[in-house]
Parts: sequence; C-alpha cells; structure tokens
Amino acid sequence: MPLTKAHTYGLDNRIWDPVHECMEREGLRKLQFERLQTTLHRAYHKVPCYQKKFQEAKITPEDVRTLDDLSILPFTTKEDLRVNYPYGMFAVPMRDVVRIHSSSGTTGKPTVVGYSRNDLNTWTELVARFMTAAGVVEDDIVHIAFGYGLFTGAFGLHYGAERIGASVIPMSSGNTDKQLMIMQDYKSSALVCTPSYALTMVDRMETLGIDPKELDLRVGLFGAEPWSEEMRRELETRLDIIATDNYGMSEIMGPGISGDCLYRNGMHISEDHFIAEIIDPETGVVLPAGETGELVLTNITKEALPIIRYRTRDITRLDYSPCPCGRTTARMTKTMGRSDDMLIIKGVNVFPTQIEEVLFQAEGIEPHYQLIVERINNMDTLEVQVEVNEKIFFDEMKRQRAFVTQVEKQLASALGLSAKVKLVEPSSMPRHEGKAQRVIDRRKI
Amino acid sequence: MKVEQISIFIENKSGRLAEVSRVLGDSGINIRALSLADTSDFGILRLIVDQTDKAKMVLKEHGFTVNKTEVVAVEVPDRPKGLCGILEILDANKINVEYMYAYVERSNSNAIIIFRFDQVEAAIKVLTEHDVVVLKGERIYTL
Repeated sequence: MPLTKAHTYGLDNRIWDPVHECMEREGLRKLQFERLQTTLHRAYHKVPCYQKKFQEAKITPEDVRTLDDLSILPFTTKEDLRVNYPYGMFAVPMRDVVRIHSSSGTTGKPTVVGYSRNDLNTWTELVARFMTAAGVVEDDIVHIAFGYGLFTGAFGLHYGAERIGASVIPMSSGNTDKQLMIMQDYKSSALVCTPSYALTMVDRMETLGIDPKELDLRVGLFGAEPWSEEMRRELETRLDIIATDNYGMSEIMGPGISGDCLYRNGMHISEDHFIAEIIDPETGVVLPAGETGELVLTNITKEALPIIRYRTRDITRLDYSPCPCGRTTARMTKTMGRSDDMLIIKGVNVFPTQIEEVLFQAEGIEPHYQLIVERINNMDTLEVQVEVNEKIFFDEMKRQRAFVTQVEKQLASALGLSAKVKLVEPSSMPRHEGKAQRVIDRRKI
Repeated sequence: MKVEQISIFIENKSGRLAEVSRVLGDSGINIRALSLADTSDFGILRLIVDQTDKAKMVLKEHGFTVNKTEVVAVEVPDRPKGLCGILEILDANKINVEYMYAYVERSNSNAIIIFRFDQVEAAIKVLTEHDVVVLKGERIYTL
C-alpha cells in the first residue's frame, strides 16, 4: 500500500532502532547464530525439559553448527508448557523473575510465562519498534483497550508506548460508552485493541451518533486475533484511520514479535530476537522461503523463558524481499488461521477467515457472524449466522431471500462447500470485548 | 399521498412478535395495520402505526432492525370485483405490486388495501388518474 494515505493522517515512516531493524542480512544471520548458540546452551543446562528433549533426539547444543542446523532440534509445544506448569520451563531462579504473565488458556490449565529485568527491557523495546513502525510518536495519545491482567497485550503495548514517549491511557477493555467518551474528551489518537472490539466500538459510535471523522484517531494497532484484509479496509474506512496489525504470543514474549510498518505489506519480524521458520504442519519439515505453512519461533535473547522451535499453530508466509520502509527484516503475512483451528467440514479444509472474506465482500454485512458446525445423520453441516442490520434488511421478501442466496453462492464457490446462511437478529451473538468466538463446533468426532 | 410503514426483521423463534407488540404498547403506540411474511428462519413484519418515527426509535432501542418504507393506501369498493378493477388498472399501466394487505378498518363503505409498489409515484399517478381514492397518511394513522 502506498505511504501517501498514511501521510494524510500525519503518519511518518520512522524507525525506532535502525541498527537492528535495517541490518544487512548477512550480519543479521551472524548475530542470530551467536545468540542462538548462547540460548541453546542456557536452555540445555538450565531447563530439564530441554535436556531431556535433546537427549532423546541424541543432540547436544554443539551439534548446531550453522543457522540451518536449527531444523534438527525438537519442537516445543504448548503441551510442554502445560506439563511443566507453572514454572518448570524457567531458566532462571524466581528471584530473577520480575514479571509473570499467562496465556488465555481456553482448555485446561493456562500456560505461565516469566520475564527477567532484561526480558522486560527487550519486550518494551520491541513493542516500541512496531508501534513506531505503525506511526506512533511521542505526541500521540495512546488509548489501550486491551484488558489489563495476566494477558500480555495491555502491558506490552503500555510500556512500549511509554518508551516512545507517547501519553498512555490505560483504559482496559469493556464499558464501550465510557471508552468512547474518553476517546472524545482525552483526544485519543492511537487505538490499541482487538480488531473485533474496534468494530464493536464503531457500531456503537454509529448508534450514538458519534462521527469517527470528528475524533482525533489516526492510527489503530490491532492484534490478539486473526483478521482479514477486508476487515482492515472496513476499519480504515469506518474509523477513518490507518489500521495496522501486530503479532505476538505470550509463550514467546507477548506482542512485539512482529508488526506492520505503514506500507502494511506484511509484519516485520524482529529477527535479532526471534528466529522464524515455516514448516509443514503435518510433517514438521521446514519449507522453503515464500511457502505458506505453520510459523515456528525460537527465542534467542530471552533469559527467563527461552523457547526453542515453538509450534505457534499460526499459518502464515514469510517474505524476505526488501520493504520500501527500509527495514531488512522478514515480513510475515497476516495469519491465515491456525493449523489447529482449521475446520474440516465434509473433508474440506475451511479457515474461518476465508468465510469472513466472503461475508465482507457482500455489501453491508457487518462482522457479527458465527459459524455453527454440526453433524446431522453423519453429514457435516455448516451454518453461517449473520446478524441482520438495516443495510441488509429489505422490506421485500424476494430481495431478502435473494440476498441470502447470493451470499450462499459466494460461500460455496470460495469454500468448495455448501453452507447455509441464516440471518439472525442483531445482538444475538455475544458482543466481544476480547477475542471473538467465531466457531461453534457441535460435532462429536 | 404516501403512507409510512415500518418493517421489522424477526427471527423465527418464540416470543418475538409478542416482544414487538409489547415494546410498542409500552410506548403508547397503536398498531393500525399489519402483515407478516415469513420463511422457516425469519419473518418480515410490516406495520402501520399511529406514530411511525417513535415506533422505529423504540424498536431500535430494543435491538430490532427496522426499516421505514412508503406504501400506498387505496380505497377499494367493497363488492365483488372491487379489487380486481384496481389491479387491472395497475396491470394495464405496467405497475408491479410487490405485496399488499388489507387494512382492518373501512373508509365510508369501502375497504382499504395497503399496496407496496416498486414505483410509488407512478402508481399514485395512475390510480388518481383513474379516480381511485388514494388515502393520505395522516388519515390512515388516525382512522
């Protein structure tokens, strides 16, 4: 995307840490390898789980002689963190741990992560990097509508924005009307929240008659859940901002692993702190550059919780071509779903984001939808429930039915699978102030 | 010459119609005419009420999706072939009827039928040219 649009919002292409973000590739690889070696030694000697894993694979850290040798190492999974709950994977004593966070554990025990003082400094620096890349400067008033708590999102962005020198409003999530009042009165210029909550906010603005163009907002930093390019366009149009994506996960660090620059052509990974690989999620084999597959991340600077080859389950693609912003780091495309929440319906692989793309292309549909998967008489069925609104509600039954049929046709051609579209009354679905629950799978498989 | 009508999206589940009438009743709004078109999943409820804008507002406040449309109220002679005569006029002038429904009360000795046309202005013109009585909105709301 051209920078001219960002310029109209007064957003400049600035780089927080040009030494590391614009490193020449060969030097970057050398730095990565040095840091990897140090990390492998520490993990091997301090974390019993890694010693065991390496021994089982008959590998010692010395066997990793080049960066490419990373692929001989075993993977780490969320299960490893669960088994070693809560502190079993920490590589430093608790007296060196200065912060504890936790992942949003949707099943069973959550996973616990710890940070040393240096880790917190690194984290803050990396968040300052991607927030700067998104155009945030010291003059900005940063409105953080992520929930403060065990979740890494709010604190991560909070300290990164402070490091830049911006004014931070630690709003937290929920109470949308109050969010909007503060946004108007405190003149928030950068909004931090999940993309679905941003849409909930715009909806509410429309109901209350608040014109987003009258607000001071100029940039959105949205993350914590996958979202499509269509959703980006919708947010940019309706909120009249530049909408940027950023990526992170608590197990590796939290937000700050990667983020969009103003060209929004892939999120720059801070490769001086993480090594990114793309693997085939079925076989675990590393795929060549440019292929789509599961992202695997390795910490190479983390002290408290160094994680080697973490299976993120996020599907993406890496692009090593130069970016016009000047950064030399690899860029990852928006995550296209997760290798483990991919739905298999009647044998067809379906990512919820594919369905979202179709819905957003249909005129007037708002992102309040839910996918219901059921198995009736041994046959899988997919029902897409879409909340009706004035733009897609017609007084004539003929047009109303034609609308439903048209969306069904588009879904069928995009998914290679027939789906029933059901219009439901607005507010039928829980309004998401955190992550949206898009899929309800009622199949007992 | 046009009559304002509100259309409400209703999910096909129990209690929704009751909810609409309760919301309107609580606000002192009287329903003058209604028609319901339905499918197995949802229905479209069309209402003519005595206070259109207020009805739309209170229903929206209660989370309903509401649109306002314009319909035409026509006096139809209350005798065999009364309606037929009007439909023939419309047909001869290539005016399509999207849907229609009967109004509960009468005007003098005539029945009242509510029509939804794709071309409202043209329909009114044709009907009046043929001396068919088209009723004003105010009259329908307060009849």
